[in-house]
Amino acid sequence: MSSEKNNIFSKFKNLPIDSIPKTILVAITLCLFCSMIVSLAAVKLKSIQQENQVRDKQKNILQVAGLYSEGINIEEAFGSFEPRIVDIESGLFTDKFNPKTFNDLKASSDPLLSVALKDDPASIGRRSNYLTVYLLKNNDGTIDKLILPIHGYGLWSTLYGFVALEEDTNEIFGLQFYKHAETPGLGAEVDNPKWKAQWKGKNLRDKDGRLMIQVAKTPGPSKYHIDAIAGATLTSNGVNSLVRFWVGEAGFEKFLNNFKNGTT
Amino acid sequence: MSQTRKKLLVDPLVDNNPIALQVLGICSALAVTSSLKVAFVMSLAVIAVTGFSSFFISILRNHIPTSIRIIVQMTIIASLVIVVDQILKAYAYEISKTLSVFVGLIITNCIVMGRAEAFAMKNTPIDSFVDGIGNGLGYGLLLMCVGVVRELFGSGSLFGIVILNPVSDGGWYVPNGLLLLPPSAFFIIGFLIWGLRVWKKSQVEKPEFKIQTVEDH
Repeated sequence: MSSEKNNIFSKFKNLPIDSIPKTILVAITLCLFCSMIVSLAAVKLKSIQQENQVRDKQKNILQVAGLYSEGINIEEAFGSFEPRIVDIESGLFTDKFNPKTFNDLKASSDPLLSVALKDDPASIGRRSNYLTVYLLKNNDGTIDKLILPIHGYGLWSTLYGFVALEEDTNEIFGLQFYKHAETPGLGAEVDNPKWKAQWKGKNLRDKDGRLMIQVAKTPGPSKYHIDAIAGATLTSNGVNSLVRFWVGEAGFEKFLNNFKNGTT
Repeated sequence: MSQTRKKLLVDPLVDNNPIALQVLGICSALAVTSSLKVAFVMSLAVIAVTGFSSFFISILRNHIPTSIRIIVQMTIIASLVIVVDQILKAYAYEISKTLSVFVGLIITNCIVMGRAEAFAMKNTPIDSFVDGIGNGLGYGLLLMCVGVVRELFGSGSLFGIVILNPVSDGGWYVPNGLLLLPPSAFFIIGFLIWGLRVWKKSQVEKPEFKIQTVEDH
């Protein structure tokens, strides 16, 4: 058996280098070998990569809730959050999906789970009907903060992030983007801690429930006004529209009202 | 290490730098040098890929049919790049997020293909490996030089450690925004090539033609 194998191998080796059989054989062997190596690397490392993605998202949620500091145990700290799926149309929690495995982004492109937007200020095309929100609870079980996912178009890219609201669903605790490709030094200043700090304590709506929050260059009532980023008008406009869209009528408005009234 | 191998390793650093003299691999040098950390990881990835692709191609060099030579080289390089990309995603997730497509684009990096075609196809595996590592180091060295200038004057820090406290954090330094954008690397690489040729006169190319002087009548 082994001598036969050797035979085939040496025959293959001794074929004239530019002959057609040799060319085909080399191509096939190389492709098989390389694809094996690549698949092996992909399969072996997949679980670690997925863990990284989950951890990255959890880290961002912790950051927006102000609970992150360098070197903490992310999984443990994330234990105080409860992920829940919200049905946007009815504004109620739903148990149709498992929050641990539900993928918001996939749902956004699934025609069964999402709607095409006619009025689309955040330029996202389709909006999922089901989104994961995160509830941060106090030790006694009452709600401390509410974390909503948001996304929308800036200048070059879609910005993905979270906004954290206080339990009254009106006061903002923080805002953070975890994925974007805006211009470094200009639009990418949405990551600047100084700029992000402006959001803390701002209110979404006035007493009559009108949506007031605004990112603008011109000054406005300080309770609702975020100073736009200098040199990044289009990114600022994008952030303005996407925040207003997601807390507005086509976004989480119904859910936030229900939540405040305790009817979720 | 023998003298020739040492030469193979050290030559591409200054005397025959792939970016500064051969002017290859510019595109990724523009894209990944706005912060040193990213440039450093990118350099490591390129060093690994050039070294190992040269090594494997050299092993196979007597069995690669000339008609599909380039495709065979590409397949080997592409496989290595995918493996490197997967490893980065698993063990250096934060950095792989910023490098994103540029790791994948190592496949088209002219330095890797250039060394495979010009060196590995004619030399022994070990020599080719050393040559690949040397060229990767040359690329990395230039990347780090560009990265130091861009990160220091563009964001006021080195490896993320604040050196010049920028105004946006209440300091005194007004960062130069141009340096954070890819085109600035063109200027920096240009100045580096100029500096290098002032230092090493042998790198100055001979003019291709001379303007004729008209004699007076």
